[in-house]
Amino acid sequence: MLKTANIIFILWVTVLITTPLYAENYIVRAAIMVAMFSSLALSWNIIGGYAGYPSLATAAFVGLGSYVGAVSQVNGVTMLFSWVLATISVGVVSSLLGVLLLRLRGHYFAIGSIVLVELFRLIASSWSSVTGGGNGLNIPILRWDPSTVASFFLSVMILLMILTYMMNIFVSNNRLGFGLKCIKQNEDAANMVGINTTLYKVIAFMLSATLCGTVGAVYASWSGYIDPTESFQIVLTLKVAVMAMLGGAGTILGPVIGASTFVVLEEIVWVNFLDWNRAILGILIVMIIFFLPNGIIKLGILRIFKEKLNQKFKDNIK
Amino acid sequence: MTSTVLELHSLARSFGGIKAVQDVSFTLRKGEIVGLIGPNGSGKTTLVNCITGVHKPTAGKVVFYGEDVTKQKPHQAAQRGLCRTFQIVQPFPEMTVRENVAAGALFAQKINSLSKALDKADEYVNFVGIHEMADIPAASLTLANRKKLELAKSLAMDPKVLMLDEVNAGLNSGEIIGALNLIKKISQKGISIIIIEHLMKVIMTLSERIIVLHNGELIAEGLPTEIINNPQVIKAYLGEKFAKRLMEEKND
Ligand SMILES: Nc1ncnc2c1ncn2[C@@H]1O[C@H](COP(=O)(O)OP(=O)(O)O)[C@@H](O)[C@H]1O
Ligand SMILES: [Mg+2]
Repeated sequence: MLKTANIIFILWVTVLITTPLYAENYIVRAAIMVAMFSSLALSWNIIGGYAGYPSLATAAFVGLGSYVGAVSQVNGVTMLFSWVLATISVGVVSSLLGVLLLRLRGHYFAIGSIVLVELFRLIASSWSSVTGGGNGLNIPILRWDPSTVASFFLSVMILLMILTYMMNIFVSNNRLGFGLKCIKQNEDAANMVGINTTLYKVIAFMLSATLCGTVGAVYASWSGYIDPTESFQIVLTLKVAVMAMLGGAGTILGPVIGASTFVVLEEIVWVNFLDWNRAILGILIVMIIFFLPNGIIKLGILRIFKEKLNQKFKDNIK
Repeated sequence: MTSTVLELHSLARSFGGIKAVQDVSFTLRKGEIVGLIGPNGSGKTTLVNCITGVHKPTAGKVVFYGEDVTKQKPHQAAQRGLCRTFQIVQPFPEMTVRENVAAGALFAQKINSLSKALDKADEYVNFVGIHEMADIPAASLTLANRKKLELAKSLAMDPKVLMLDEVNAGLNSGEIIGALNLIKKISQKGISIIIIEHLMKVIMTLSERIIVLHNGELIAEGLPTEIINNPQVIKAYLGEKFAKRLMEEKND
């Protein structure tokens, strides 16, 4: 049986993937961003939503993925394989860092994870022989016509969005997800019922990071150029966490709703107020904390949709 | 002869300069109920924490079914069947009662499917008598029911040894009788029980043996009647008058 959340997700993916057929370029671009940020927010959801560890390391792993992808492509690796390399590297690096970082709890963990972003940026800008330092790296771009390129990257990002969505479904239906929910609510008690909390948290952190690496590498290939400041942005890290919370952290559809709302607002409304971008982000954070602690999803959107759907079924039967 | 389940060999644990537990040796047999008494701060909770891997002992050994488990982590203790309830109850507040109990079955018993664990949970929720609240969040239970939830959760972990750290504290006398019957029922399943308790009545009714801690040291071990006549125990914990009254009640 298909759940309401899955039906909404499938409809939304259909809308996104068909944008090249009917919409202008900048809408297709927005669709790519929606898919990309949905993937990131869905990834964040595993550690931040289920386990309740608000990681701010997203940008570190996106950036690392970009660099691994870019450096390997510059050194002659094919695009597709460079994405695989980026994914694997981020998976390995994040598990190792997870072992260190997840000794910290609460705010300390959040601070520790945001430090990674700065640390990685410093490494990328100092290790010039490999990364090109502050000058950045040019990546061979696809020599197809622009609209084909856009459709291609749209499909890839949507594929990642679907993968991260399925990862969320898998985790939440599994003992891993149940264990993470226990950890979120009472970590000591979780330990006492036999959950290897350290292991569970490291797995969650690794799952949260790995596909961010893929997203980074794909983004690098799409944009054709990366540099340290663009790749490791604290703002990106905050945005992803805000998106997930805006939609509803710890739910499967919430991060998609949050990311989509945020990107649509940003790409279509805020582009006209660029100088205000950060201020708006700040205001949004405060608003979520005070007015929407459980996210848009808890406003009953799902319920309304479900009722409509049931009504339709009934009408059809008649 | 009944088999030995748990042995402590000269167990000690200090916090900075404080010797919370020192040189405690003791053997627990299968299916027996042992009372653990002593004044506040005498090291009872610390002893349980050492047995369940929460604190690493500074000296000595914990042996479980012949295996040295001194260095175990809490989750390993749980999976082995060394289970405990907390002095201050520790539920997963937003999960339902049933889910709380299922967590015990899912992780300590390594049951693989969530639905099987939930079925198992129902069994224990019934056993402790909170089935009517199975679907409400643990946070909205009364204290007495939260304590029953702790018991159900521990039972779902399939314990070999169950350590009850002041499960009766804060309950009224009616609720305590309910808890007593429950503990007896648990013991009949063959689970060894260490019960920490200030109410001597409860201790005298349940325990086959009693051990007494004072300043972290084990000062006495014996049958309930031996303990309430032990001058050292009377001096350190019970007091003259109270010990006499307990004797009289026992003789009645
Ligand atoms: N985590 C801890 N850190 C420092 N001191 C502790 C800790 N746990 C217990 N203690 C100390 O150890 C002693 C024994 O405490 P506890 O085992 O809680 O006693 P009881 O349970 O018998 O009341 C007390 O002096 C207490 O202050
Ligand atoms: Mg205590």
